[in-house]
Amino acid sequence: MHSFWIIFKQAFITKARTKSFIITTLVVVASFFLLANIPNIIALFDGEESEENLLHVLDETSGLVPELQTQLDLMDSGIEAVPTYLTEEELQKSLAEGIIDDYLVLTQNGQLSARYISESANELGGGIEIENAVQAVHTALTAESLGLDDSQVWQLFMPVEFEREAVSESSKSQEELSQSRGLVYVLIMLIYVAVIYYPNMIAMEVATEKSSRVMEILISSVSPVKHMFAKILGIGSLGILQMMIFGLSGYFAIKTAGTDLTEGFFSVMGFSEVKISTFLFAILFFLLGYFLYAVLAALLGSLVSRTEDVQQLMLPMMILVIIGSLIAFSGISIPEAGYVTVSSFIPFFAPLVMFLRVGMLDLPLWEPLLSIGIMLVTIGILGWFGARVYRGGVLMYGSSQSLKDIRKAIRLGNNK
Amino acid sequence: MALHVEQVTKKFGDFTAVDNLSLSIEEGEMHGFLGANGAGKTTTFRMILGLLDPTQGTVRWKGKPITYANSPEIGYLPEERGLYPKMKVEEQLVYLAQLRKMSKPDAKRETAAWLERFEVPHYGQKKVEELSKGNQQKIQLIASLLHKPSLLILDEPFSGLDPVNVEMLKGAILDFQKQGATIVFSSHRMDHVEELCDDMSILDRGKVVAGGSIKKVKRSFGKQKVRLNMEGDLSGLSAIAGVDHFTKTKDGALFQITDEHVAQVLLAKAINLGTLRHFAIEEPSLEEIFIAKVGKNHA
Repeated sequence: MHSFWIIFKQAFITKARTKSFIITTLVVVASFFLLANIPNIIALFDGEESEENLLHVLDETSGLVPELQTQLDLMDSGIEAVPTYLTEEELQKSLAEGIIDDYLVLTQNGQLSARYISESANELGGGIEIENAVQAVHTALTAESLGLDDSQVWQLFMPVEFEREAVSESSKSQEELSQSRGLVYVLIMLIYVAVIYYPNMIAMEVATEKSSRVMEILISSVSPVKHMFAKILGIGSLGILQMMIFGLSGYFAIKTAGTDLTEGFFSVMGFSEVKISTFLFAILFFLLGYFLYAVLAALLGSLVSRTEDVQQLMLPMMILVIIGSLIAFSGISIPEAGYVTVSSFIPFFAPLVMFLRVGMLDLPLWEPLLSIGIMLVTIGILGWFGARVYRGGVLMYGSSQSLKDIRKAIRLGNNK
Repeated sequence: MALHVEQVTKKFGDFTAVDNLSLSIEEGEMHGFLGANGAGKTTTFRMILGLLDPTQGTVRWKGKPITYANSPEIGYLPEERGLYPKMKVEEQLVYLAQLRKMSKPDAKRETAAWLERFEVPHYGQKKVEELSKGNQQKIQLIASLLHKPSLLILDEPFSGLDPVNVEMLKGAILDFQKQGATIVFSSHRMDHVEELCDDMSILDRGKVVAGGSIKKVKRSFGKQKVRLNMEGDLSGLSAIAGVDHFTKTKDGALFQITDEHVAQVLLAKAINLGTLRHFAIEEPSLEEIFIAKVGKNHA
């Protein structure tokens, strides 16, 4: 046990002290604070361009600007319509010179029509509010000319009731879905990064120890199996620490920025419903995914003689992770699809896909438990198998580096 | 017998790396392993270390098989440099010693003492990759004996070193032996083995082709040389029974003889031929024995 902790500590501390680790952590933390403050930063720039909301109206009608303004105010658009006394040529000139951003030409030839001219096509989006306002003015005018009173107009334009209800019991309502979507998305992203980043670290470590031949000294001191698991646990703890730093800094970034997660950008992403259980499942699936792939990575890392060959051998494992993430990310919009359900029980995809299902749907508890059970069994089998390959693999030096070497490694390990 | 290797065979598939090798090394002895590349030296070491299990036979250290339980008693210097390139020297020496159950303060103290001895005390805080090959080898040797093992296995400890460093390392290894350690080391430099060891084994294709005390090996090799320095024609002496080979030299002649008593006959006859200025029985060098034993098979 003594040597186990020494390897554990060494794996943890030396990695935690590397420049790359420290820089990665700092960059991620900094970007969290930056992201959380984006609304504040945008507000900062917006403040300088407040007059942008002034809409110059070249009014060729019988003075409809006040009506237009009423409609714009009703829509809460914040746009102020001001009649202009300039000619259109003059307006075009000032637009070209950047003095104004846009202007509106209102004409009435029996029917109300409008032209919206803006600096660039990007501004056309802003035209929608104006278009709606003009439409409303037109409606009011038409209703008036038809002799309809207000309540008749109101009846005409009353919106229909349109409700969405999902039949499936496990499905959350559309509203709930979009509420948890953002959080699940971010956590899947984290798990995805973690099951690629940390196992890669392990494979590199093992390959470095092997290529520098320090491995021979190590495994003549402690058993390779002990060495492998101490390393996996050491780097795993480092991963948990890093993820905790990320989690806490994310939390504080949002707190200090005073960003409301239910508004603007975040409301689209869906952060309004934050359940503790989602976090707990995220941690659980992160750990399971990590161990699953870490054992695999250690096994693969033990097969190469040069660190340059690590990536090549890691490719099959990467493909597994990527397939899992593709299923998970596509499942965010359709978590009930058959292929999502099936793959959530396949151990290599489960850390991502089952977490997606747990986060997005109200699953009966046995489903995640079954998936976790399958993963635990797989980790057990891989651990046993990996230890055998590892024992032989670390002593094996040669130029051919392929998965065929697994057989050779086991033979060498068995002989041992 | 401290280290006892008994009829050990190691097969990798159809290939026999070590074939029925037996070896006994007394406690406190230094044993040299000679062999061409691929002779089975490293495989034998790996079996002694317990990294590989023999296909047949047993390895025992002080009566017990070598497992991770007694690994703290054993030190190992692998053939190729085996250190973390990016780790600081002191840190990694302490780490490796701790894995062999040495306490951290002890390991630190010993590291400082060894670095001092090798005249590189300031290397403690340097990364291994920053050091020259020779200095890396010093660190490698420290790593193998820092935890005071009673059995030290050195695979090619002097390869790639300049003569000054070789002397320094030799001195350290001899001192370590004096403290009671049993040492096995391999080399392809015969002179190192001859200088340091009492006993040795010559390995060829997994078999010991010559082994035991160096003196005995030389005697039993039976091919001693007699050097005669004198005037006159000595070619007649080559007819004496037991003279294998006769070479004329600048000052006289060199005879290869099969047996020691032939030298006496040679001397007696030579005295009659003229004034003898120099007579010497020369033992064969290990190099000659090695070439004779191994080279023949390779030819």
